[in-house]
Amino acid sequence: MINTKKMIFGLDSFGDIPTDDEGNVYTQAHAIRQVIREAKLADDLGIDVIALGEHHREEYAISSPDMVLAAIATITKKIKLATGVTVLSSDDPVRVYERFATLEAISNGRAEAVLGRGSFTESFPLFGYDLQDYDLLFEEKLNLYSKLLEEKPVTWEGKTRASLKDANVFPKTENGNIATRIAVGGSPESVVRTARYGFPLTLAIIGGSPERFKPYIELYKRAADKFENPAFPIAVHSHGMIADTDEEAIELAWNHIRKSFVKIGNDRGWAPMSREQFESEVQNGSFYVGSPETVAKRLARMIKTLGIGRFELVYGAGGLSASAREHMIELYATKVIPRVRELLSEA
Amino acid sequence: MGKKIGILGAGKLGTVLGQLALKAGYEVYIGGSGNPSKIALTVEVLLPGAKVLTAKEVAKKTNLIILALPLGKYKSLSIEELSNKVIIDAMNYWWEVDGENPELTDVSSSSSVLVQNYLKNSKVVKAFNHMGYHDLYDEAKEKGHEGRKAIAVVGDASEAVAQVAQVVDDFGFDPLVYGSLSQGIRMEPGSPVFGANLKYHDLKRALASFETTKRGVAAIKAGNQAMK
Ligand SMILES: NC(=O)c1ccc[n+]([C@@H]2O[C@H](COP(=O)([O-])OP(=O)(O)OC[C@H]3O[C@@H](n4cnc5c(N)ncnc54)[C@H](OP(=O)(O)O)[C@@H]3O)[C@@H](O)[C@H]2O)c1
Repeated sequence: MINTKKMIFGLDSFGDIPTDDEGNVYTQAHAIRQVIREAKLADDLGIDVIALGEHHREEYAISSPDMVLAAIATITKKIKLATGVTVLSSDDPVRVYERFATLEAISNGRAEAVLGRGSFTESFPLFGYDLQDYDLLFEEKLNLYSKLLEEKPVTWEGKTRASLKDANVFPKTENGNIATRIAVGGSPESVVRTARYGFPLTLAIIGGSPERFKPYIELYKRAADKFENPAFPIAVHSHGMIADTDEEAIELAWNHIRKSFVKIGNDRGWAPMSREQFESEVQNGSFYVGSPETVAKRLARMIKTLGIGRFELVYGAGGLSASAREHMIELYATKVIPRVRELLSEA
Repeated sequence: MGKKIGILGAGKLGTVLGQLALKAGYEVYIGGSGNPSKIALTVEVLLPGAKVLTAKEVAKKTNLIILALPLGKYKSLSIEELSNKVIIDAMNYWWEVDGENPELTDVSSSSSVLVQNYLKNSKVVKAFNHMGYHDLYDEAKEKGHEGRKAIAVVGDASEAVAQVAQVVDDFGFDPLVYGSLSQGIRMEPGSPVFGANLKYHDLKRALASFETTKRGVAAIKAGNQAMK
């Protein structure tokens, strides 16, 4: 069922702040330049997609992912330039269209808008939105954005932004369409909405057994069917750490991925992730951690179980050193991805 | 006579608890915030066998109802429809959906006490709020399993508490009954048990250690009666 040649592999970064080998923390500006460098490396090594998240927090340097992608566009050839995610609820759909249409022009058709409600909400107070309206904001803005995608004059009315009357928005794209996906966490309603608008779906699986999402994929397909929209291949995004040996990868993941989870969880009142919880994520959950062989096996199993068409590895969480990040990208491109393709074709 | 349970809120938590209920052989009635058709497909795929009804009809069908909606929306519940019911409050304050709301984070009480004060004719019991929804799904295990995790249950009406403890057991967790509803503060975000996924004795210890935590100290200072 899975077309192993067509299976797409990507890298996701939120713009975490790396350190050098002596542990000196990069400036945020340097962290952005590091991501640009990594995207070039990923392109040279043949990785299909780089996706950059939008955050407005101290631990992450990227708040304007499409600007960083524009820079990447000029030094890369094939890699797809995606966000992960663009927080549409607190953005303006016209602006989102304009920025991605511009990126599409700069990159010769490699732009991809990945829209979501976002797992953080700092952007709401920052841009003057009320969190209580998070659902209405997303619904309305997605509605307007999907109209803009047709690249014809738009007339629109809603509660969350000024109305438009025959508004023509530029630039137009050469392909007549900006590739767009919706990324969701665990909310069934968001899955149904994605199918209702006829967009491809990305599942952000940041914890627990990936098998749990099987019914969500079924829900997406059934909903697409009901709304007479196509059901596109599903993408999954999860955290990972690849190093030369399992031991090294586990230690790095404990010191970095776990650290970032503890920090973020702490803001939400979660008890810090225990060793037992960490081990279970590494063994059967949603942290892909280990040597290239270990990670490839776990990925192949998950891809087969869920029947997905795209996987994106979130790399570099929690202040991992720049050299470890680059090494991980190399291992992912040269060892893990070919091995996963091999394992999938054996099945 | 089969067991019946109602769930209000067909989101992340509501659908997972619904799955555990179906697995345990319950008849499940689930309602959302509006028209049942809005959640019909979700329920058909994620909870095959469960029945989608309006909130009002859910209350007619069963005397045991789980609240799995955003805490900030608790006042959209009908006091009358939920009268005389045993209510399992699984809600937490979550600023990402509830926004800034000092009432919901007040350390001098538990958010479940607020819910009880509002649903004045119901018997509110707090449970299932302190484990993430995917962990509730992954960690549910049959009785006697060595690695079985525990869920704390607090409430003022002892019969209702016993009934909810049985639900916790049926759903795949060891129930740990821990006193009056006001003790719910020990299970809320910022407490050592929140998201910790512990076994019975570890959970008991963690609940007892609340006073030594930052939030616990703040609760004592605010004169929270559960700390006395
Ligand atoms: N997610 C977890 O891991 C977790 C774990 C433990 C406890 N909790 C608590 O459980 C509650 C639900 O969380 P969630 O993550 O499941 O949120 P969610 O995915 O956003 O789902 C909440 C659902 O409640 C519905 N709803 C709103 N008002 C309602 C009403 N008056 N009657 C019936 N349904 C109503 C919403 O429907 P509409 O969209 O139509 O309004 C929505 O489908 C929250 O209080 C949360 O703190 C969550």
